[in-house]
Amino acid sequence: MRTNSVYNMLKKILYVITPVLILISVYLVFFIAPIPIDPGAAAGDPNNFKIFFFHLPIAISAYLSFAIVFVSSILYLRSKKQKWDMLSLSAAEVGVVFAFLTLVTGSIWGRSAWNAYWVSWDVRLNTSLILFLIYLSYLMIRQAVEEPEKRARLSAVFGIIGFISVPISFLSVRFYSKMHPCVVPPCPSGGGGGIGGVVLYYLLINFAAYFLLAATLMMLRMDNERLKEKANELKRINNF
Amino acid sequence: MKFLQIAKKDLKAEFRTKQMLNSMVIFALLVIVIFSFAFGNEATIFVSNLNKKIIDLLAPGMLWIAFTFAGMLGLSRSFAGEKEEGCLEGLKLCPADRSEIYNGKVLSNAVLMFLMEMATLPIFVVLFSYDIKNLPGLIVVIILGTLGFIFVGTLLSALTVNTRTREILLPVILFPVLIPVILSAVTATGTMLANGDFSDVAGEMQILVVYDIIFFVVAQMVFEYTIED
Repeated sequence: MRTNSVYNMLKKILYVITPVLILISVYLVFFIAPIPIDPGAAAGDPNNFKIFFFHLPIAISAYLSFAIVFVSSILYLRSKKQKWDMLSLSAAEVGVVFAFLTLVTGSIWGRSAWNAYWVSWDVRLNTSLILFLIYLSYLMIRQAVEEPEKRARLSAVFGIIGFISVPISFLSVRFYSKMHPCVVPPCPSGGGGGIGGVVLYYLLINFAAYFLLAATLMMLRMDNERLKEKANELKRINNF
Repeated sequence: MKFLQIAKKDLKAEFRTKQMLNSMVIFALLVIVIFSFAFGNEATIFVSNLNKKIIDLLAPGMLWIAFTFAGMLGLSRSFAGEKEEGCLEGLKLCPADRSEIYNGKVLSNAVLMFLMEMATLPIFVVLFSYDIKNLPGLIVVIILGTLGFIFVGTLLSALTVNTRTREILLPVILFPVLIPVILSAVTATGTMLANGDFSDVAGEMQILVVYDIIFFVVAQMVFEYTIED
């Protein structure tokens, strides 16, 4: 019982810290952070670099969520415990939202910097898109099965298969894009150089903010699932 | 070698009526014909710096889309037939590793899909007046790509056969996972149809081989979870 209430208190602290940190990071990004690019050489409006402060942490959070799906799918298949399935579901939903946000923020940035929402054969764009599609399919499988045990098992299998295909997709798109030097006029000239100095601190604060946001959303979703289970349990008891 | 028995059972059942095979071949042909109409008249414009017509540039993609869609038909049949009359339970009662069922299904699906492809390829060549410069290379690429498709497709078809929306769910979950195969196979096919050599497509072949091996091994480990109840 004591560990339960310590856990609950930690959760509440997390739920309070996360919005505070996000507000701080938004304020920092928009009002204080410097732009490490020479305004003359920048593509588009130099301020669009600030999207980077959102874009990178959200992308990394999405990839981490999907890694969590993979690990908890394996753990579910080995132990058949319900909690791993709940973790898979929560992480997949959070991951899908974050992957979508990655694509959207990336497109907005691309529209400003390259004058194009989408560039055909860039590796990271296509890998993010494939990731988004795979986990959307994961959610579709969950929707298509009724019984909880079967649903958990089948989606765990797909969680494993989907995650394994991501590195291979990355390699194949990278190979393909090397063969296709940029044909469409607004050519992205590769990723930015090293991020150094004071920008790194702002980036780290943003990382912390978005990781905590992902963790908070996952915990909330898991609590939601636990309550649903309890409600179903009560329904079952009261019906017999 | 129990998987050989399972494959033999499936192939025997299929060759009695050849219904699925005929449907697959006709569907593949229809897809190719419809694509060649859908691209319209301008597609026959000759692009001088690439020395080809536009439609010749698009042809490998059309071929693989036809194979993929027709293969999807065959895959959905492979486990759906087992659902009726409790055949899947009968298979599970066999004194064999569950992965033997997977191997047997893979073998029978692969045979059917190869037959479909060998029937479609000559018509494709005739329709686009292609001159296949490197036939053994083309066959190897088609074999590797088909194996990749079948390995993942059989596993996911076993997964979806237990769900409600199995007809639409299989394509939806299969395509994102299949992207490396389609990318590599289309580029490699294009090179082989032109004048390629194995060394030109070494990268794509590596990706295809790696994909095939990884998914075959993973499926061996994971298949029993898809059909247990």
